[in-house]
Amino acid sequence: MTRNSKFLSISSLLGFIFLYAPILSLIIYSFNKSKLVTVWGGWSVKWYVELFSNQQIIDAAMVSLKVAFITATLSVILGVLAGYVLSRMGKFPGKLIVSGWISAPLIMPEVITGLSLLLLFVSLENLIGWPAGRGITTIIIAHTTFCMAYVAVIVQSRLSQMDDSLEEAAMDLGAKPHSLFFLVTLPIISPAIISGWLLAFTMSLDDLVIASFVSGPGNSTLPMVIFSKIRLGVSPEVNALATIMILIVAIGVVAAMWQMRKKENAL
Amino acid sequence: MSKVTGTFWLGRYDTVKTRFSSLKKIRWGRYAVISVPSLWLALFFFIPFLVVFKISLAESAIAVPPYTDMFSWNIEEAIIDVKIKLGNYLYLFEDSFYLDAYLSSVKIAAVSTFFTLIIGFPMAYYIASKTGSMRTLLLTLVILPFWTSFLLRVYAWMGFLKKNGIVNEFLQGIGLIDQPIQMLQTDFAVYIGIVYTYLPFMILPLYTTLEKLDGSLIEAAKDLGAGPIRTFFLITLPMSMPGILAGCLLVFIPAVGEFVIPALLGASDTLMIGRVLWDEFFQNRDWPMASAVATMMLLILVVPIMFLRNGKKEGTE
Repeated sequence: MTRNSKFLSISSLLGFIFLYAPILSLIIYSFNKSKLVTVWGGWSVKWYVELFSNQQIIDAAMVSLKVAFITATLSVILGVLAGYVLSRMGKFPGKLIVSGWISAPLIMPEVITGLSLLLLFVSLENLIGWPAGRGITTIIIAHTTFCMAYVAVIVQSRLSQMDDSLEEAAMDLGAKPHSLFFLVTLPIISPAIISGWLLAFTMSLDDLVIASFVSGPGNSTLPMVIFSKIRLGVSPEVNALATIMILIVAIGVVAAMWQMRKKENAL
Repeated sequence: MSKVTGTFWLGRYDTVKTRFSSLKKIRWGRYAVISVPSLWLALFFFIPFLVVFKISLAESAIAVPPYTDMFSWNIEEAIIDVKIKLGNYLYLFEDSFYLDAYLSSVKIAAVSTFFTLIIGFPMAYYIASKTGSMRTLLLTLVILPFWTSFLLRVYAWMGFLKKNGIVNEFLQGIGLIDQPIQMLQTDFAVYIGIVYTYLPFMILPLYTTLEKLDGSLIEAAKDLGAGPIRTFFLITLPMSMPGILAGCLLVFIPAVGEFVIPALLGASDTLMIGRVLWDEFFQNRDWPMASAVATMMLLILVVPIMFLRNGKKEGTE
């Protein structure tokens, strides 16, 4: 038994080192004075200074944040509708497409999603003149299409966990369909909405492949700029950027976990 | 008397009328709620595949957009010309490059999935054996990388594996090797990248099954004299099969169409089908050929996976 648990704890320790060593080295080397990424030249914050004076990276970050914010909001609206329709509306024409699509983003390779949406946009532009060129709008449409699936999955599983007795009670007491939705259903699924929004925001912020297909000149997102920079090799500015992003996420996740624990303890 | 019945009937009529109109309202509301997401999906999810198929039958051309139109019409003579080129598909089968890329993607994804399982299983088991805040902490540590940028996590390995990178320096430091070995831009680096990126996807479903595992069965096996290895293969492993299957699918599916990992960590001749499509589109600018590759990928990769997933769902229900 002890030999068993020793084996388990050692292999888990190695596993966690495997997960975190690259991230830690990224953070440490972002404070390296030397331009040669692997030669230690002493502590310095000069790459952070350089990062914030790099207009290309700042512009791309603004594009990405804008796209991610609008994408997350649109995805929540459409994803809540889709999740609600699938779990509460019974049968309707087109249900097969909607329910098939819900599992699609997990299956569909990003290169196919990106290519097919680009070809759709080009064909639409030839046919009806919209969308004129490609840029932020087309990236938002593409991101929303795959992000709303995640929101719909989360909402659907939340709705299927809760039985519809509350909704039935509200209907028996004379609630109209829209007040039923806004006063009963929406508050129940609000945790699912919050986590869906956050997930859509991160997915959009992180996407390289789909954005590369559907974006136009002058509208590079942050991952596209990072990719073109690191394709040529390791760059200390990207280390600094990575450190900032990892810290923001770490603080966010730890805060969320702490909040959840507090709630559990309160119950 | 008649007045009373009159109002009665009027009242009755009123309720019938309001009932009817509210029913009608529900209907319209229902259709509106259903149609918004359905129309969005039809336009941006379903139709794009038809467009891809259509363009895969076109001919590459130096134009904007860079392909010929399938239909051309002459209105005065009322003629519609339909031009379909099957050459792209023939070429897919003639040139062994595409078949090799497909097979090599499946192989790379399968091998990486296997190693992800080997590394992830003890970790999931360890987390499931803990309780309380230790368990929460370990789970947070597994989930945390999932929320950080995928691209940056792959990038971290570039600094780790390159010639004068940390791994080489370390191995030289402890005297295991004299010369730095080429690790970046090899298939080995691609395996590492996939295992690293998708490890949380394996651990989480494994943890969910292992957490529910009935400990009394394992104890019973031990009491009956089975050694730890026998117990593992006869009890623990078969009982955690649902988690193993779910985890393997969650790793294999995104890995097989991967572009970023082979592009950043792989050699120039590391063949993966997602990368072939990307190069066909961005480097050769051959949109019809890229569409043909996408159509084939859908048929021989996505469709079988869909059946596999559905089969699994029915099996567990």
